[in-house]
Amino acid sequence: MSKHPYNDINETLYKEELDNGLTVFLLPRPEMSKAYGIFSTDYGSIDQTFVPLGEEEKTTVPEGIAHFLEHKLFEKEDRDVFADFGKQGASANAYTSFTKTAYLFSATNHIEDNVKTLIDFVQDPYFSEQSVEKEKGIIAQEIKMYDDQPDWQSFMGTIKGMFKNHPVNVDIAGTVESINKITKDDLYTCYNTFYHPENMVLFIAGNFEPDSMLQLIKENQAAKKFEKMEEIKRDFPNEPEEVAMSENKMIMPVSVAKCTIGIKESVSELDADQFIQKDLLQDMIISYLFAKSGKFYQQLYDENLIDDSFYYETSLEKNFGYSLIGGNTHDPEKFVSKLKQLLLSTQDMTISEKDFERMKKKKIGQLLRAMNSLEFIASKYIHYHMQGVDFFTLINKIQELQLEDANGFLINWIDEKRITVCKIVAE
Amino acid sequence: MEAIREEVETVNGYRLHVVPNKKFKTINIVVKLKTTLERDTITKRALLPYILQQGPNSYPTRMELQTKLDELYGAVLSIDGAKKGENHVISFRLELANQKFIPNESGILEEAISLLNDVIFNPNVDKDGFDRNIFNREKETLKQKMSSIIDDKMRYANMRLIDEMCEGEPYSIHVHGYEEDLSSISPENTYEYYQSICKEDTMDVFVLGDFETEEVKKLITSTFKRENDNNTSKANATIKKNEKKEANIVKENQNIQQAKLHIGYRTNTTYGDKLYPALQVFNGILGAFPSSKLFINVREKNSLAYYASSRLESHKGLLLVFSGIAPEDFEKAKEIMEQQMDAMKKSDVTDTELSETKALIENQLLETMDNPQGIVELLYQQVIANSNRSPEKLIEEIKQVTKKDLTELAELIEEDTVYLLSNEGGENNE
Repeated sequence: MSKHPYNDINETLYKEELDNGLTVFLLPRPEMSKAYGIFSTDYGSIDQTFVPLGEEEKTTVPEGIAHFLEHKLFEKEDRDVFADFGKQGASANAYTSFTKTAYLFSATNHIEDNVKTLIDFVQDPYFSEQSVEKEKGIIAQEIKMYDDQPDWQSFMGTIKGMFKNHPVNVDIAGTVESINKITKDDLYTCYNTFYHPENMVLFIAGNFEPDSMLQLIKENQAAKKFEKMEEIKRDFPNEPEEVAMSENKMIMPVSVAKCTIGIKESVSELDADQFIQKDLLQDMIISYLFAKSGKFYQQLYDENLIDDSFYYETSLEKNFGYSLIGGNTHDPEKFVSKLKQLLLSTQDMTISEKDFERMKKKKIGQLLRAMNSLEFIASKYIHYHMQGVDFFTLINKIQELQLEDANGFLINWIDEKRITVCKIVAE
Repeated sequence: MEAIREEVETVNGYRLHVVPNKKFKTINIVVKLKTTLERDTITKRALLPYILQQGPNSYPTRMELQTKLDELYGAVLSIDGAKKGENHVISFRLELANQKFIPNESGILEEAISLLNDVIFNPNVDKDGFDRNIFNREKETLKQKMSSIIDDKMRYANMRLIDEMCEGEPYSIHVHGYEEDLSSISPENTYEYYQSICKEDTMDVFVLGDFETEEVKKLITSTFKRENDNNTSKANATIKKNEKKEANIVKENQNIQQAKLHIGYRTNTTYGDKLYPALQVFNGILGAFPSSKLFINVREKNSLAYYASSRLESHKGLLLVFSGIAPEDFEKAKEIMEQQMDAMKKSDVTDTELSETKALIENQLLETMDNPQGIVELLYQQVIANSNRSPEKLIEEIKQVTKKDLTELAELIEEDTVYLLSNEGGENNE
């Protein structure tokens, strides 16, 4: 087990790669009441086409299957795993994103037992035809709940507007129609391929003792057998740089129209250095312009085009990335034309040294604030680890950023071909 | 694990709560202004956070204020109004990176405290009231907020349930205020009202983080000062006994995919009461967790819903059960949901359910204490309830809850209102 102290932020991380390929990170924080564990696989809703473990030919599985699988792992032949955690005073949960599926618990007691439960339930699937059928009703209700949420519809609507071929344009939960096609065998195919320890990371943070924790994890893994695994072959279609639709309009019973602009940021794989620079600058620049201290925010506000639902977010993953800016607006047409005009004006803009220093300070403070949360640290650590970046060095990376980097990024940031608009209106 | 240490003293017309704690990389300062919930003042109170958030006299635009916050390493200032039982509380929260973790920084805490003081006590006003442009603009913001509640179906259904259930009680007052009041409130009368808030509301200041207590106390008390000789608080929830024998059923239709079924119960028990720990456990077994009766029976056994749970309004003494279902499943879901409450009332609770639920609640409370805002909210519960039941004490009492306590509590619980938000197609004519 290797020990990595990060003195400036007062953290110490332990790392070990087990014989079966599983990567383990331990972050002891004895002053906390709880421990948080997350067991995460590099498998999300976008991994729809791949070569299954032990086979030669690629296959395409129904939309929504990663999420369906996440639900089903909690159910065993004789019991529900939530109850196992419940018995040990822990609360458990899971989520599926475009790129990851993660299982997690937090507990203030029986930490080692809960870690064992977490690993064991994820590594011991039980799918039956009957239980698969039963789940379809539950997930159909989950999908319908999202169907009624204008914010979610607006998010997915913008993603669909940006990406033409990339499976990020498919709803994470799938559709009622697609999930009805899922079979027990599909679940095992996905499971066997993507839940191999080689493709997974375990991160435990909080109040526990690292040596005995690692011992426990090692013994647990040594007692299980896994086939040797080659690198997973995933298949992604070619994605053009330009957006799929310049505008996507949807009708929903909303009281105020919702409007989102999507900027297609990335369609190809980046190496770790490119990734981190783009990741940081993309976020710092959008926040420089659109946060409440931003020039663009102020103009939109002054022209009465936004209200307090206004938001922006940005995301960068291995082979896709996007930024979203939007909110409720009384005048979608004007909102769009103003926002586009502002975005296009960035090509002729330069950031001053003073502003750039403030942007860096803000980003550093944000990170420290977020690091109050063990959940945040664990999930972000895993996220960056998957891109080859050490999350705990982010503050240094921010300090190292140069003004030229930012201004260089800004010149190429906006291109009208990479902008989409999504409107949700009442009729 | 580090225990929560809270030092409380009344000084300069407010109560100062200092909570030194090494868990966090930030310092949190929270100021709370509390008074009774009233129909006449609610819209002004709902509007004030939006106006104040636009910047004090020293930073009179949102942009200037926010730029200052960015300079303070992205400090976050938020202002909100909330109902706590039959009180209304305006909270100012400032979270700031602890200078300890930033090389060559030492003055940002002092600057942040002075900025927060300005935001509260030196707002952007001219000779008779708030800046008129900002005022009118934020009135619009609030109006949009009011009209967009209907877009969040879960919240809308919850609000409608409370409307029906607590009609005529202060608790039914809408926290966002009322559109019909907007025409009569002005920059002048709102500012006049805000001055009375600053003088007369009960004020509590919390400071939490990794710091030297005395140093921080000095920083706060040399900055925050107000004239108020009587900063006492009384618990003022009116608990109305349900006089109806039969639960009221209310149905409403909208163009939606998923129906929302919410059921409201009166528990006749609030935070300061002896049976409150039992109420926490009761709610836990019934619906607060994935191992609870509601989740297991409505979702897992009958596949009727994605979510089915319950929660407490601790200072009003309400227990609310809610679920999202297919419109046509209303009768069946209602029956199964009510059966779970009946089981609770018949003390149909196993020893395992009891002990596991207690552990889960303990876990939840301890976890809340790993979050800075969580700690402040837990500590503030005591102020609202005028009780000296600290979070640690509450945990101890929850551990002691017996089945007998649950039985005693169950006697007090009454179903009040069933609310269904559905679509035309799913309506059953009775």
